[in-house]
Formats: sequence, structure tokens, C-alpha cells
Amino acid sequence: MGDSSVSSIIRQAPGRAIRPGALSSNGKLRKRLELFFLLTPALVFFVGFVLAPMVVGAYYSAFKWEGFGPVSDFIGIRNYVRALSDSVFQLGVVHNLIYAVLSLIIQLPLSVGLALLLNRNMRGQGFLRLVAFAPYVLSEAITAVAWLLMLQPGGFVDQGMKAVGLGSLIQLWLANTHIVLYTLFAVITWKYIGFGIILFLAGLQGIPIELREAAVLDGANGWQVTRSITVPLLGPTIRIWAFLAIVGSLQLFDLVWIMTLGGPANASTTMVTYLIDRGFQRYEFGYGSAVAVILFIICFTFALLYQRFVLRRDTEGATTRMVGQ
Amino acid sequence: MKKYAVLCVISLCLAMIAAPVFANGQKEQAASSSGNVTLTWWHNGTADPLKGVWQKVADDYHAAHPNVTITPVPIQNEQFNTKMPLALQSNDPPDIYQQWGGGQLATQIKSGKVADITNYVSSWIGELGGSVKGWQVNGKQYGIPFDLHIVGFWYRKDLFAKAGISAPPKTMDELNADVVKLKAAGIAPIAIGSKDRWPDAFYWEYFAVREASTAVLQKAMDTQDLSAPAFIKAGEDMQKFLDSKPFQEGFLGTPAQQGAGSSAGLVANGKAAMELQGDWDLSVMTGLTTDKDLASKLGWFPFPQVAGGAGDPTTTLGGGDGFSVTTKNAAAGADFLKYISSPAVQKMLVENNIASIPVNPAATSSISNPVVQSVAAYSGAASFIQTYFDIALPTNPGQALDSAVADFFAGQGTPQSVAESVAKANQ
Repeated sequence: MGDSSVSSIIRQAPGRAIRPGALSSNGKLRKRLELFFLLTPALVFFVGFVLAPMVVGAYYSAFKWEGFGPVSDFIGIRNYVRALSDSVFQLGVVHNLIYAVLSLIIQLPLSVGLALLLNRNMRGQGFLRLVAFAPYVLSEAITAVAWLLMLQPGGFVDQGMKAVGLGSLIQLWLANTHIVLYTLFAVITWKYIGFGIILFLAGLQGIPIELREAAVLDGANGWQVTRSITVPLLGPTIRIWAFLAIVGSLQLFDLVWIMTLGGPANASTTMVTYLIDRGFQRYEFGYGSAVAVILFIICFTFALLYQRFVLRRDTEGATTRMVGQ
Repeated sequence: MKKYAVLCVISLCLAMIAAPVFANGQKEQAASSSGNVTLTWWHNGTADPLKGVWQKVADDYHAAHPNVTITPVPIQNEQFNTKMPLALQSNDPPDIYQQWGGGQLATQIKSGKVADITNYVSSWIGELGGSVKGWQVNGKQYGIPFDLHIVGFWYRKDLFAKAGISAPPKTMDELNADVVKLKAAGIAPIAIGSKDRWPDAFYWEYFAVREASTAVLQKAMDTQDLSAPAFIKAGEDMQKFLDSKPFQEGFLGTPAQQGAGSSAGLVANGKAAMELQGDWDLSVMTGLTTDKDLASKLGWFPFPQVAGGAGDPTTTLGGGDGFSVTTKNAAAGADFLKYISSPAVQKMLVENNIASIPVNPAATSSISNPVVQSVAAYSGAASFIQTYFDIALPTNPGQALDSAVADFFAGQGTPQSVAESVAKANQ
């Protein structure tokens, strides 16, 4: 299938209109060489580092294998049955879903709102944008270690809350099994809000000023302009952001691993921390591979459905290129 | 024609993937056919002073053995977990690599790449004492430690005095009484880094060591079966101890060694009075405080006796750091390990604060800190050193035990669920 679609793209490539009549054999060869040189590097990397490991992972997932010696103990789908019936893995799935839903209902309004504010003409606009974006530039490991230290009892966060009179709201942020999940979500929001803001600021630049001016001339107030013009026209950006946010939530790992190792007592475990714990900490590589395949199927199914039903209008007639996470 | 082009692409892909494999094969031949050997050495000394000292050890060895070149490759400690399985599956594993013995070593041996060095080391291994047993599997030597570790309580003498405690506790009852006294004085009695899981395991394992006789312990490790009554009693002791709330506020989220808010940092800065940790804790604490007199304020006492426990009172929980050798250059690698455990190098490790308790007793005299000296003396007098359970057991059940104990600390699980975790992981 890939083969025919590639050649159809080539035939339609702009600026390379096909002369009436047959191509000279020289032209054909050149086209082949071009195809060969342009495609090979990407193909090698894709096959070697994406497709092949996926196939190998799926193969391992059918074995009980601890990483050393021959892969010989074939156990069929027992790894999958075990993962799906393991309460800790189920807990991880639930946590991932909570993160996905929370990011839609909290991060989305927050980042759209901040983007609208930062889009206004005001003094220090550039500086404020920089401040909002700064956490996103930090590496995830540094963010995690910094917040781990600040969130210790009596640490920076507690001191800050006492200083502004919120001392009664202080919790054991990382030690309370009922709170740790939301503490981590707050740190994730702090870290990734800048990415949403930048994306929405770019989206706002794409909304023609004339539309808003026309609405204002028709007597619309600021709130009406925002609600009926700006936000609907921001739709495509919001849909892409939501896609990235949900996939990011499903694959969440670094921050959780460094701050809590998924604990205490699995209260903040995610699918990927579970995968790393069983695969690399406990050397259950076969089982870990099965968890990875399940994670892949969940993400892949979600991506396909989302593309098919949500992004369809946005991507019609265009090739979508994912940037970022 | 189209198919031909696709074929071209695929075959090129294969060629590019296969090329490094063939290149490796050639390199291997080149190494073994000449008299000169280059050994790669994976160790966890990513920062000075350890990194510099290991480099010097490699250089000095090369100076004495010009035909052997040793290339140290510092690797982040945690990465050994992920890198060693891959390396031992490959055709080009490191010749010497850091190894902690026990069940993890037994797991790695299944790769067939770890060398049995029994015959190479038999002439000199006797100098090192019984601690080398931790690196044996089925009676064969698969590695050599360069230092030993002993777990015990580090405590602050100044805070003990403030709470009116005159001598460190010898029994659990005394420890419980001291916890009450410290709380009354407004001092967090014991700091623990439960976020990292393994500090929790020290407690449960020590209760097990106090409750179980040496024979029961050894049998449990060999059979990977913790169903003996002593291990259930250990969980019950643990529950009683947890119920007395001896730890700092929010201990479930506290890291063990990161920053002043970590368990080591709390003791180093006088915010908590004790911590059950390895002998290395002194150097960790020194790095987490500006207090120059810290070492003089610290003392050490072994894990208290449990009333009615069947354990030998002089049994200790511990382990060590060592190196294993892979099959390709086993003889040369084993000779390098002999050099590392020689008195001269061992003394250098002690003097540079790399090993607090050297594996070679000949170097014990170089220990300068009197507290560490007493730890080393205690270790030397121990009737039996039980390796940390998570190292003594194979990787999977060992880690499962750590997790089960950590869950237990967080209020989830029972003495039974902890004892059963090992058998469950092996199913």
C-alpha cells in the first residue's frame, strides 16, 4: 500500500509535472535515485529503531524471560492475561486516564485563558510570555528533583503557603496516598502549561484580525468576540493540543519516577512506571514487553480514532506533521 | 522495476544494520591474537574522588603490566540495571564490571558470559575472609568485592543527650523508650527515606535477621521461600514498630539521599536523631550539611536485639561492592581484581574515603574516623553477614520483596503478604 501511495505522490509532486508521453529512461533512473536517497535514511531509522524493536518486543511478550540466556520459555498470552488482571497495572491505567481527563478540564481552559491574556498588547508582553514558557524548557528530571525537594514537609512550598496565610491547607504532598496523584498533576501542569500557551498564541496569530474587527463593528463586546469568534477559530489548535496532551498523559513517566517511583504504595503509579518497574527493576523482560505492547495498543488505537473522528476536518487535504512531544 | 527498487532499499537497510555486527567480530579477533590486551571496566564512579581514584588504579596497573591496558568507563549506578542485561546479551560485554553479588549475580550467570574465576583467585582469596562468599554461586567464585557494607543505626549524640538518653539502645524495648523520650523533647526520633523503598526493607530484613536463626536465613535464601514462622514474626515486629510512629512527618515521600530534606540530610542537619543506614551514610551526610563538626557529633549502634528472637545477636545485615569478569579475558580480569584487593590499593581506597570498610582486613588500620573504626570492628566480629535480601535473592523476587515492604510501610499489606511476596514473584 505504501508503495503505491508513494509513487502517486511523486507523480503529483508540484513543479515536477509529467511531460506528455513516456518518460525518458534517463528521467526514470534519476527519479529512482532521488527516491532512493531521500527515503533510505528515514526508512533505515524507522525500520531499525521503531518497527524492528516493536516486532521484537511483541515476540518477547510471549515468553517468560528474565533478560539473560535463551528466550525459550514460551507461555503464549499468559503475560497479557496477568497484566490485565494485575490490580497494580489496572491502577496505573486509571491514573493515566485521570491525568488525561484532568489535563483536558484544567490545563486546557488555563492555557487558552493565559494565551488570550498574553495575546493582548501590553507592556512587558515578551517578558511575560518568556516567564510562562520557561518551565517547559527545563528538563523533566531537573523539574522533578527541584519539586521533590520543595514539596518535602516544611520545605519551600509549605513555607511559601504559611507566608501567604494558607498554612492550614498544607498537606503531606508526596506522602499522603490520597493526594500524591494530584500533587504530581500540579507539577505536570506547571511544567507543560507553557507549551499549550505557545501553541495557542501561534493559533491566535492565525485568526484574521478583520473577523474580530467586523464583530466589534457589529456591536459585539469583548466576551462575545472571544466566545463566538476567537475560541471557535482556535478549534484546530485545541484539537491538536488535546491530542498531544492525552498521548502525553498516557505515556507519563520521568516526573513520576523521579518524584515518587509510583508510590507510596502505588498511589501514583502509571502504566509506564509499572512497565519499567517490572521490566527493568525486576528483570521480567517478557512480562514488561507484554505491558509495553498493551500500552502501544492503547495509544495507537486512541491515535487512530482521534485522527479519524476528531482531526479529520483539520487534516483533510493536508499532511499533518506532529511537532513536539 | 518498482519491486527492484524496494528490494534495493531493504537490502541496504539490512547491510547497514549488519555492518556493526561484523565489525565487532573482527575487533574481537584482533584483540585475542596479539599479546596486548585492552580491558574495558565498567564502574559506578561517575564523580570524583571515586572516578579519579579508579583511573589511577587502572593507570598504575598498566604501568606494572605494560601489555594490559585498562579503560575505565564510569556508568551511573542505576544504569547498571538496564545496561547489564543488554551488554551480557551482546558479543561485546565489558571485561570487568561492577557487581553486588547474591541472586542478581546468579541471574546474570545465566547469560553464560560471566566468568567462573575460582581457579584464578584460589591462591590469594583466603586473605579476604568470609565476605567473598556473597560473590559465589553454587560454590564457584564469580566476582570479588572491594569493600563491605554494614547496616546499623547512625545517631546524633547531641540530640540523644538533649533528650536525656545516656547510652545507645541495646534492645527493642530500649529503642522504643528512646523514641518516646526524643518525641517528648520535640525531636523527630528516626529519619527514613521511604520514597526510595530500599531503606524500608532494611527494617523488615533486620527484624527477620533477629527472629530467624542463621540456618533458617540461609535456607530461605537458597530456596527463595520466606514461609518460615520467623518471617511472619518479623512482619509483626515491624507492624508494632510502625505503630509507635518513630519516623519523621511525611516519611513516605522522603528521598534517602537527595538534599537537606532527605533522611540523611535530616540527621546531618540535626532535624532527626537516628537513621538505619549503611556505613556509607557518613559520607552522604557530610555532603548534605555545612556543619564541619558533623563527624564528631555522630555515633553508631547495631540494630537492637528483639526479645525472644532466635537470631544470633552478632549477625549483621550488609553487603558490599565488587567486580565480576566476563569470559573473553577472564585471566587478565581476575588478575586486575587481585590488584584491587591488594593491601596497597585497599589502603588507598580507605584513605580517599571510597571504601569505608575495606574487604582486605590488612587495610582496616587505615580507617581514620573512630566511629567507622567501630563499625569495621563490629563487622569483623560478626558471626554471619546476611546480604541484603534484595541482593541475596534473584532480582525479581528481591525487588518484589522491597515493594511489598514499602507497601506495608504505607499501610497496605500484612506480615503474611510481605513474606509471600517472594513466592508470588516466582510464580
